[in-house]
Amino acid sequence: MAMITADPKDVPQVASFTFTPENLAKAQELMAHYPPGRQASAVIGVLDLAQRQQGWLPRVAMNEVARLLDMAPIRVYEIATFYTMFQLKPKGRYLLQVCTTTPCWLRGSDAVMKACQHAADGDVFSVQEVECLGACVNAPVVQINDDFYEDLDEASINKVLDAFRRGETPKPGPQIDRQTSGPEGGLTTLKGE
Amino acid sequence: MLGDKDRIFTNLYGAHDWRLAGARARGAWDNTKALIERGHDAIIEEMKKSGLRGRGGAGFPTGMKWSFMPKEVKDRPHYLVVNADESEPGTCKDRDIMRHDPHLLIEGCLIAGFAMRAHAGYIYVRGEFYNEAQNLIAAIKEAYDAGLLGKNACGSGWDFDLYVHRGAGAYICGEETALLESLEGKKGMPRLKPPFPAGSGLYGCPTTVNNVESIAVAPTILRRGAAWFAGIGRPNNTGTKLFCISGHVNKPCNVEEEMGIPLRELIERHCGGVRGGWDNLLAVIPGGASVPLLPKSICDTVLMDFDSLRDQKSGLGTAAVIVMDKSTDVVKAIARLSYFYKHESCGQCTPCREGTGWMWRVMERMVTGNARIDEIDALEDVTKQVEGHTICALGDAAAWPIQGLIRHFRPEMERRIRARTEKLAAE
Repeated sequence: MAMITADPKDVPQVASFTFTPENLAKAQELMAHYPPGRQASAVIGVLDLAQRQQGWLPRVAMNEVARLLDMAPIRVYEIATFYTMFQLKPKGRYLLQVCTTTPCWLRGSDAVMKACQHAADGDVFSVQEVECLGACVNAPVVQINDDFYEDLDEASINKVLDAFRRGETPKPGPQIDRQTSGPEGGLTTLKGE
Repeated sequence: MLGDKDRIFTNLYGAHDWRLAGARARGAWDNTKALIERGHDAIIEEMKKSGLRGRGGAGFPTGMKWSFMPKEVKDRPHYLVVNADESEPGTCKDRDIMRHDPHLLIEGCLIAGFAMRAHAGYIYVRGEFYNEAQNLIAAIKEAYDAGLLGKNACGSGWDFDLYVHRGAGAYICGEETALLESLEGKKGMPRLKPPFPAGSGLYGCPTTVNNVESIAVAPTILRRGAAWFAGIGRPNNTGTKLFCISGHVNKPCNVEEEMGIPLRELIERHCGGVRGGWDNLLAVIPGGASVPLLPKSICDTVLMDFDSLRDQKSGLGTAAVIVMDKSTDVVKAIARLSYFYKHESCGQCTPCREGTGWMWRVMERMVTGNARIDEIDALEDVTKQVEGHTICALGDAAAWPIQGLIRHFRPEMERRIRARTEKLAAE
């Protein structure tokens, strides 16, 4: 349970928020997934659209989502503070979400976390400790914006971060030689065709 | 050993095309209409005969769960909801199904939805799985375009709509009633049961929530027959299962194997063995973070299925095997899980909200030995006060790893306390 409030005092003031026509269309498509009168079901998806547009969720954006979905604003603030992926403060261009739960910790997430903390300047990189990301056989894992970087150690996470600094997008997935979640060095099943 | 011909997830590692053409080449969507024409009850009966037990952790028989839905649709529509909120530490199997073989899941949704007389289904995908959700959304669009979903799906005469609903980071939404709350646009706080979802679930309508893997295996079971599936594994623990082996093995991986495979064989055949050899094994958490750990002596012989692991006071859970070798600080490993549960408690029930924090703080002191011996008993006592006294099973899940630690590693906990006391006395 995250102990955060919907209106932190130390965030920049954002005067207004409106969805771009493209995002508004996406929001309306999401709302159409649910039966009439149940448009509140789309709240997570529409908040996510707002966050993608603004980079984070200022209160005016939550208010706009509440208006669009015909929800009381407090119900939207509740959602934005309950779910950990909603960012209530501005973040760096790349959000480093470092998993440190036991399966990642066993494979050396402490060193990966240290490297990410060292890189975090709040402008290019922000860092956040997260709970299990669900890619445990590829531990340690860091989620950078929407992509998972897997099978990391101190050297390979630094390589990934350097590439981002140069403006490149390094290839997501395992950073060692293996096929997704298959065993390193060659499969033990599904070898033939 | 399970042969590739008996594997259901033949694109587990994404070596081949995950789109419709590739899925069809692997046998998906092959005359789905004929499967549906068998009728609602015949499908449920076949699923019951297969012995499939839910793959999300609890192991409840899937066919029986489907049969709890009302036999007639009255004023309230029926819903199928698929739990793809995979967040149990150690577990990463549903991710592979969604990104590498989404059509198995989509075809399963149509069949399961038809069997339980639902015209709509929602797949609740954890928010972090953004790319996986995109694959799933693209695959659903392909299925609509090919007439496999939507009006008169597969020419069967049954209308079925399927939607992806993304979450936004909350382990608790993997609990089925919390998931339904979240799907309704609320905080993911579990509901009291009864009423059970089959009576009153999503929007107060009859609903069944199933795990991704349970739904994705259904079409293959129907095609190849319940007897085929029931012939794999052991009685009451049938079929194939996706195992996720993480931690201190040489080659961590996901693999589909036979239920009841010996733990040692699973690790040595597919994961290159324990780091430093089998004798370097300390303990294994056999079914995801919630289940009690097992010391090496049990790991030597235990079979990986629901009943064998229950007999060892642990559980198969999601079949997420977390391996720890002798270099592991086992108290710290469990303390980190205690932190996880403290972080993920929704805060609704007092024993869990207060208990998870209390247990974590005590566990942190146990790591350094900053405690008294009798506090181990107090800790165990508190786990028993949390267990069974909350609306959902998160309280139980927070209690069990600590109970397992005390059961098997109490001497290590006492050693740390004594060592610290002696060190302080000497200073």
